[in-house]
Amino acid sequence: MNTVIFRTVAPGLAALMIMFSIYVLLRGHNEPGGGFIGGLIGASGLAIYGIACGVQEARKALVIHPIVLAGFGVFIGALSGFFALFAQEPFLTGLWLIFHVEGTEVALSTPLIFDIGVYATVVGSVATIALSLEDSEEED
Amino acid sequence: MGPSLDFSIALIAIAPFVAALFAPWIKHFTGQLAGWILAIVPLSIFIMLLGFIEPVSGNNVVVAALPWIPSYGIEFSFFVDGLSLVFGLLISGIGTFIVIYSGGYLAGHPHHGRFFSYILMFMGSMLGLVLADNIFTLFVFWELTSITSFLLIGFDHSRQAARRAAIQALVVTGGGGLLLLAGLILLSTMTGQNSLTGLLATAGLAQSHGAYIIALLLVIGGAFAKSAQFPLHFWLPNAMEAPTPVSAFLHSATMVKAGVYLLARMNPVLGGTEPWFWILTLFGGVTLLLGGALAIRQTDLKQMLAYTTLGSLGLLVLLIGVGTKEAILGAILYLCAHSLFKGAMFMIAGTIDHGTGTRDITALGGLREKMPITFIAALLSVISMAGFPIALGFLAKEEMYLAMTMGLWPDLLFLAVLIVGNSLMMAVGLLIALKPFLGALKPTPYKPHEGSLSLYSGPVVLSVLGVIAGLFTGWINANVLNPTGASIYNQAVDASVYLGFPITEPKVWASIATWILGGVLFWKAEAVRGALRRAGNAIGWTFDIGFDATMFGLVRLADGVTRFLHHGKLEWYTLVMFVVLALTLYLPMLITGTAPSIPDFPILTFYEWGALLFAVIGLAAVLVAKTRLVAIVALGIQGFAVAVIFLLFGAPDLIWTQFMVETLSVVILALVMTRLHLDQRDHREPALALRDGVVSLAAATGFAFVLLSVLQTDLDLTLTRLFEATSAPVAHGRNIVNVILVDYRAVDTLGEISVVMAAGLAILALIRLRAKPARKPSTPRARRNA
Amino acid sequence: MEIALVGLVTLFFAVALYLILSKSIIRMLLGVVVLGNAVHLLIFTIGRLTTEIPPIIPAGTYVPLEGSANPLPQALILTAIVISFALFAFLLVLGYRAYEELDADNTDNMRLAEPEDAPRPPFSY
Repeated sequence: MNTVIFRTVAPGLAALMIMFSIYVLLRGHNEPGGGFIGGLIGASGLAIYGIACGVQEARKALVIHPIVLAGFGVFIGALSGFFALFAQEPFLTGLWLIFHVEGTEVALSTPLIFDIGVYATVVGSVATIALSLEDSEEED
Repeated sequence: MGPSLDFSIALIAIAPFVAALFAPWIKHFTGQLAGWILAIVPLSIFIMLLGFIEPVSGNNVVVAALPWIPSYGIEFSFFVDGLSLVFGLLISGIGTFIVIYSGGYLAGHPHHGRFFSYILMFMGSMLGLVLADNIFTLFVFWELTSITSFLLIGFDHSRQAARRAAIQALVVTGGGGLLLLAGLILLSTMTGQNSLTGLLATAGLAQSHGAYIIALLLVIGGAFAKSAQFPLHFWLPNAMEAPTPVSAFLHSATMVKAGVYLLARMNPVLGGTEPWFWILTLFGGVTLLLGGALAIRQTDLKQMLAYTTLGSLGLLVLLIGVGTKEAILGAILYLCAHSLFKGAMFMIAGTIDHGTGTRDITALGGLREKMPITFIAALLSVISMAGFPIALGFLAKEEMYLAMTMGLWPDLLFLAVLIVGNSLMMAVGLLIALKPFLGALKPTPYKPHEGSLSLYSGPVVLSVLGVIAGLFTGWINANVLNPTGASIYNQAVDASVYLGFPITEPKVWASIATWILGGVLFWKAEAVRGALRRAGNAIGWTFDIGFDATMFGLVRLADGVTRFLHHGKLEWYTLVMFVVLALTLYLPMLITGTAPSIPDFPILTFYEWGALLFAVIGLAAVLVAKTRLVAIVALGIQGFAVAVIFLLFGAPDLIWTQFMVETLSVVILALVMTRLHLDQRDHREPALALRDGVVSLAAATGFAFVLLSVLQTDLDLTLTRLFEATSAPVAHGRNIVNVILVDYRAVDTLGEISVVMAAGLAILALIRLRAKPARKPSTPRARRNA
Repeated sequence: MEIALVGLVTLFFAVALYLILSKSIIRMLLGVVVLGNAVHLLIFTIGRLTTEIPPIIPAGTYVPLEGSANPLPQALILTAIVISFALFAFLLVLGYRAYEELDADNTDNMRLAEPEDAPRPPFSY
């Protein structure tokens, strides 16, 4: 699979997929998408990058180990639930702050934070799986 | 009663546990003094309990309760009445000397601190047991005494005999505890009462209930196991593997008396009936005679004492079974006397062992000058044990003989049993108290020496108490017998025990007969021992051997069952699972006769036919794929076919997810499969393939029927309607699927992402952690490199 | 179409169970993937298939279009897909590592936990 064309195209493709995955994540509350789908797309992007340019390269680009990302995702997912504590509501009750910036509605909410947590977990876990398998591939 | 009083009762049961927590450190920092320091705990409990004598002898019951499982009416509750108070005082009083004694006896033992912990924990369990009011509190402490005694008997765990004795005691007494639990639950359903005070208040209700006999047998089973009644007696002599302080405490004064306590406690609730009378007197009598006869057969001091303890327990059970006022009072007196003299005797046996290095009575003699204080303590103990005048044992014996010389023919039989049993125990007592000390000095492993203060203080105090107590009959009548008798009898008792020797009364003739018979047995001890040994060898089978056979039989059975079920053939495990799965799917339909009606053949659009065909081709290709690549591609095909079905029925989120997951699955499958020479072809023989095919098709058809049944009912759309109505206005989201995931059912999703993360972590660990030592040459990698 | 899907679900289950009954690890893994799809389709069918309209509320309105698909099973299946993928990946790696360590891809040869000649239990205390 290590053709020149693939190796040249892959970084751009991966970057595109990761950007697209974040777009899918953010629009998920109103259109098809969300943390699970976004996470899978993002992880696929990383996997492609890893296959094309080598796992070491992909790990370097990620800076942190993907499993850390997964743990962080679960952490902020749980954390977003505790905001409800301040509003005297049950754990994980959604809270919304809606701003109007120059006519556009900008919504900040605990479900959004939670969805980002889902995204991070899925990206982290799936990337961990894919990169480890690719890694052991290279050992031979 | 004030709140401070309430708190103090609960504290009595809890304080020893707290002390147990700190005992090893106290031992570590105070060394030889630890026994004296730790004895402060039982001593203060003893003093505290003394303060209850006054309210209790006025027939007031003191209660303390903490809620535990309120929904089941289970409370952590305690109460003090005459019976609990007598037991509490015996436990804490003798416990004080036992703790002091263990300080000297086990000095230098590497696990001395641990021993203090165990014995204090045991003391707490025992105190909790006798003070418990709620029957489930009682059960918890009952089983705690079994567990702590397991630890104590197996204290010397490097010896197999100790381990065996510990397991045996745990199996017998713990198993008895389960019987007791069943009995208590039954009693609670029969009477609607969860507390002893409640049961006592409704006494008489249980006896007339239809399930009375079952409850009776269960409770008696628990009590007999704990108090080592025939035929469950064999664990007690074996428990002598424990260090001597344990034998003195658990197996004479306290734990084995727990069964007696339970029977006495249950006397108003379960007693007073024909079955109660005959079961208790029969088994009690047999145990008394058996214990006495087996005791005289032994030559080991502790074994002799253990078997006399059996006899004493049988005697107590017999007296409770008889259940007249005099019998109950005799039982209370004997209980106190026995705890004092038997505790002292065990400690004396331990001191002799400690001072000479042997416990064999035939190897001991002439120690009176070497161990004078121990000798005096032994003499005083045997006065009470043999029931010579002024000792507490004398009062007890007079009272029990009085009970048996008032009635009809069974009483005469019991009188005979009591006389024989008492004289046997008296003979053994005389052997232990006189034989090692009189005669010529015999060579022993150690040079004989008197024990330290901590070793002889306990025996001396207990034996002196046992003798002089007989002088204070007035106090005993008012403060011990009346309140305790009232608890057992459930009505006020007016005891009039007095110290006297009225030569005209039959009870005195019975006493004299006991002394004569006991003296003869002591005189002819060698001959009697020889005869009994020959008889024992002729039988050749003991319950102890039976226990081993049972235990090994269990192990064999478990091994057989395990080998039958865990045969190690995975395809059989799964096959059984799928057959059961198919049965669970079909059976409800067959039993209730609610099989779904078979629908007409569907009419589908061109696209729908296409999607179905696509899926079927994929599935078929997975099944028959001959090469890895085909298998992977075929797996992809069926996955994408599912995505197309989602597309056709309005599930955009699912299409995306399914598409991404199928892609990733194929990628990682390819990554693994291309580098391993895994064989994906089917090697099943046609017959096996047919079997597997039939099972899987049957289970799958079961799913089809279930699905059809569901489709032929109305779908409950309550939740769907709620989500649709509130998604946009309340949850601010127009993609309802996503809103469900991150808002309505976010806790679920949180759990799910945790699982996903855990899977990632586990995979990482599996890939990273490789066996460090050099691999076997046959691993794939090595093989390929070769 | 629901009736046709009942048939398809049956087929999925049959193939999945048949594959799992195999002795070869890799066929069992394929079976696990197919079983996941079978269950997803089962849940999807139980939620009724009526329409091609997705359960998405059009902008500016507060309720979904009349006759749009049931969102509840979709949400359940979405997480189920991801979870079954995680499970599949774990099983795959487990099988792969087992193959490396035990040199076996056939359950007949994987007897580490339950060896053929397991020792008898001890008859002592």
